[in-house]
Amino acid sequence: MARVELVGNLAQLTGGVATFDLPATSVKELFAQLTALHPALGRHLEEGVAVAIDGQIYQDTLLEPIGPDSEVFVLPQIAGGD
Amino acid sequence: MGETNGHSQANGQHYVGTRQIRPDGADKVTGRARFGADYNLAGQLIGRVLRSPHPHARIVSIDTSKAEALPGVKAVITRQDFADQPSEFIPAGEMMMNYKDVVRNVMAREKALYEGHAVAAVAATSTAIARRALKLIDVKYEVLPHVIDVVEAMRPDAPLLHDDLFTVGVEPKPEKPSNIAKRVEIKQGDVAAGFKKADLIIEREFKTAPVHQGYIEPHAALATVSEDGSTELWTTTQGHFIVRAHCARLLGLDIGKVRVTATEIGGGFGGKTVVYLEPLAIALSKKAKRPVKMVMSREEVFKASGPTSGATVRVKMGATKDGKFVAAFAELKYQAGAFQGSPVQPGTMCAYAPYDIENVHVIGYDVVSNRPKVAAYRAPGAPISEYAVESVVDEIAKKLGLDPIELRMMNAAHEGTKAAYGPKFGPIGLEETLNSIKKTEHWNTPLRKWQGRGVASGFWFNIGGETSVSLTVNEDGTISLMAGTPDIGGLRASLASVAADELGVSYDKVRPIIGDTGSLGFNFLTGGSRSAFSGSMAIVEAAKQIKAELCARACKLWEAKPDQVEWKDGAVRPLGALAEKVKPMTIADFAKVSGKTGGPIGGVGRINAQGAGPSFGTHLVDLEVDPETGRTTILRYTVAQDAGRALHPAYVEGQFQGGAVQGIGWALNEEYVYGTDGKLQNAGFLDYRMPVASDVPMIDAILVEVGNPKHPYGVRGVGETPIVPPLGAIANAMENATGIRFTELPMSPPKVLKALKEKGLNKV
Amino acid sequence: MAKHHIEATVNGDAVEFLCETEDTLLDVLRDTLQLTGSKEGCASGDCGACSVTLDGRLVCSCLVLGCEVAGRKIETIEGLAKGETLHPLQKQFLEHAALQCGICTPGFLVAGKALLEKTLDPTETEVRYWLAGNLCRCTGYDKIVSAVMDTAAAMRKG
Repeated sequence: MARVELVGNLAQLTGGVATFDLPATSVKELFAQLTALHPALGRHLEEGVAVAIDGQIYQDTLLEPIGPDSEVFVLPQIAGGD
Repeated sequence: MGETNGHSQANGQHYVGTRQIRPDGADKVTGRARFGADYNLAGQLIGRVLRSPHPHARIVSIDTSKAEALPGVKAVITRQDFADQPSEFIPAGEMMMNYKDVVRNVMAREKALYEGHAVAAVAATSTAIARRALKLIDVKYEVLPHVIDVVEAMRPDAPLLHDDLFTVGVEPKPEKPSNIAKRVEIKQGDVAAGFKKADLIIEREFKTAPVHQGYIEPHAALATVSEDGSTELWTTTQGHFIVRAHCARLLGLDIGKVRVTATEIGGGFGGKTVVYLEPLAIALSKKAKRPVKMVMSREEVFKASGPTSGATVRVKMGATKDGKFVAAFAELKYQAGAFQGSPVQPGTMCAYAPYDIENVHVIGYDVVSNRPKVAAYRAPGAPISEYAVESVVDEIAKKLGLDPIELRMMNAAHEGTKAAYGPKFGPIGLEETLNSIKKTEHWNTPLRKWQGRGVASGFWFNIGGETSVSLTVNEDGTISLMAGTPDIGGLRASLASVAADELGVSYDKVRPIIGDTGSLGFNFLTGGSRSAFSGSMAIVEAAKQIKAELCARACKLWEAKPDQVEWKDGAVRPLGALAEKVKPMTIADFAKVSGKTGGPIGGVGRINAQGAGPSFGTHLVDLEVDPETGRTTILRYTVAQDAGRALHPAYVEGQFQGGAVQGIGWALNEEYVYGTDGKLQNAGFLDYRMPVASDVPMIDAILVEVGNPKHPYGVRGVGETPIVPPLGAIANAMENATGIRFTELPMSPPKVLKALKEKGLNKV
Repeated sequence: MAKHHIEATVNGDAVEFLCETEDTLLDVLRDTLQLTGSKEGCASGDCGACSVTLDGRLVCSCLVLGCEVAGRKIETIEGLAKGETLHPLQKQFLEHAALQCGICTPGFLVAGKALLEKTLDPTETEVRYWLAGNLCRCTGYDKIVSAVMDTAAAMRKG
């Protein structure tokens, strides 16, 4: 089971629950499982979040794999200036 | 990482990591290169924008009839020419845009929300006629009270910009609208408990003013719309695929029918990642049935394009007497300008990122006010929050009697540290940059009276993103490299080096260009310090395809099996016994027979680049204050930053130096000055004072390379981090020089003099 | 009001053009003569991107009127190189990577050339103050100053 943590405002949509243990094997599955538990999250996950899997931040990717012992954070999306 | 990956020329030479002449160089030093305003089309009209003189007003009516009747005027547009957009966040490229706000920023609808807000636009046969036409447009305004300052705008009785803006991120949901668009928060551990463990607690409030990205080239766009609805657009932009997406959405066009060319760009720094003139030029061209060219004046750039937030930041940190940070709190209030979307979120995430602190709590507010909508400015949000944090860190060092570098080393984030925003860091170079600074002669040089030294660290996450490049082998063996991220600082030189090494050809045989939106798959914009990182990654993919294809062709030509050939050092080489029968074939050899062996040779890299590694930096500055005038002279400046792997060291150094000097300007002089009437008083380069050559010394650049394991060459983005540490470093140096902690930026001469006078220090 | 008819010399070539009273030399160069190497950054003489020389004197062409240049000699960025041979300054700018976006580069090259025509041995401070009328936002000036200093040294050697 991957250990999943919601960072920032997202926990407000889950009644304060920020930590989950989920059997997701990809970002796509993770989003589906989180939304099933807390439907209010769905729109926000679609609207743009970044996902950190074992320390590596991924943006805008559904297919990235999640391992059985992965540490996952769901973060606000990061853009940039330059 | 840090090796060449075994990719080099047959003679062992490699280009990555060397200082090649940039391929677009000759055009840039002769004036031949074409920037946005250098493009012209036969029969073009000149477009100009009518802008609100009021910072906040209801637009009661707009009468364009007299303007339309003026001979030479071919089209006039107003809010009526843009369909309204619903309030929802929609993906545009890789960003989420609320087009209800975008359409209103491009052309005001119900209200003018800042001085300079576009209210109408005309296209005419000459600039003079266009200007005259603007004067003939009759706009009736109902002037409303305005608010600029972020703290003022947060008050419950402040003038309200949007009656449908209800603060997101607070529970329970507010019943009344306000100017507070959003509240964001990150939390780790328990700060209350942490502060109880602290031997020293420091709490300070800081204020920064809005500053502009300051690109020397104003916005410019040239549009032509055909009778069949297809649109061609030339624009100076950091992201032509994003421009295409915005214009298609705003004007109801098929994306495939809009072809955008990114001209050479004269600076962006984040400010050219949005649209201002482009939708207007297209709408005018459609109406006038002729090409329309629009260029902003410098005054328009200041008044109508997005600077970054001004902000109020409160920081509270607790440390043990040995210097261990045990608790860190911050509250950030950032101005978003007329529409929501300040960079307060990244500001909260970056605030304490350089440090390993168990208990962190950062709150941020995104607040609208009557000034132009903010646009990204190099590491958006981070310079502000890290200025505040680095100032307090410096104070902690002073009060505990600890060396400021040692204090940072003691608390530095390193591989495995959990960032306050969640994930653990992979390999990072913060400690290396601190050590590099410590070893410099600069750090060890004695100072005199009224001179001060300051140090600060900072970072930016960096991003990857969707990237498409193509590599084509021409009949003579030269390589055409087409990338899709506008080159704002020497990118083509870096990419050409990578392509040359990957394919084993000479650097001067690679011709890089930036393709238009019709020539490549989607490319996210140049920003987030991504273009060299992602572009080089995509080139590696494209080169892989070419090498595989050539190995396959060699097998057919030599009647060999795949395990009898390999690509190495610029050629397909026969292995084992086969080597006695046939000679290796280079790209040029294959090019000569490409038609006969299957057709044109090429490869595409189409990726969503992941694995961007953060870049940490530490800056060291010496300065001298003149107590009689309050003027500050930067004496010496050193930047140490982790580039992972510098594809082209000179252009990486250039990023360090340029960002540092922007930071110097931000810290010492730059600010938007508003009158009580809400109008900008310094909308020009004379009074919006950016650093000139005589204001700064040489900027020493130390290239640290802690390879990024997720990139084939170890590259980290470098463009944004350099602007993050300077504000804190300079504020710390000022304290060291004067004994005064400046908590308001800029530390301009009048402010410094006033502070010195208050302490009776204004004598030599 | 009739336009002015002006004859002048630009980069050694005789030119003639018509202009309105209010047209600046920069407008004429860019729009009438199609020499777009000189850039408009501010139109108020503060950024130097429009730098040219007028009878050998370094000026901001946005502060000169088109109708003021009758009979006078103008040198722009387009006249710096001689045929295919780049001026030493242009070469050094490329060697030093003294440009990033390149929009300010024509102005700096024209200003730098004007300095080197006055002295081939400027100090770093003299170079910085001479170039203080040219804004650059990308480079922080470091490599620009190095390029000018190194060009001076190379030209001293002859």
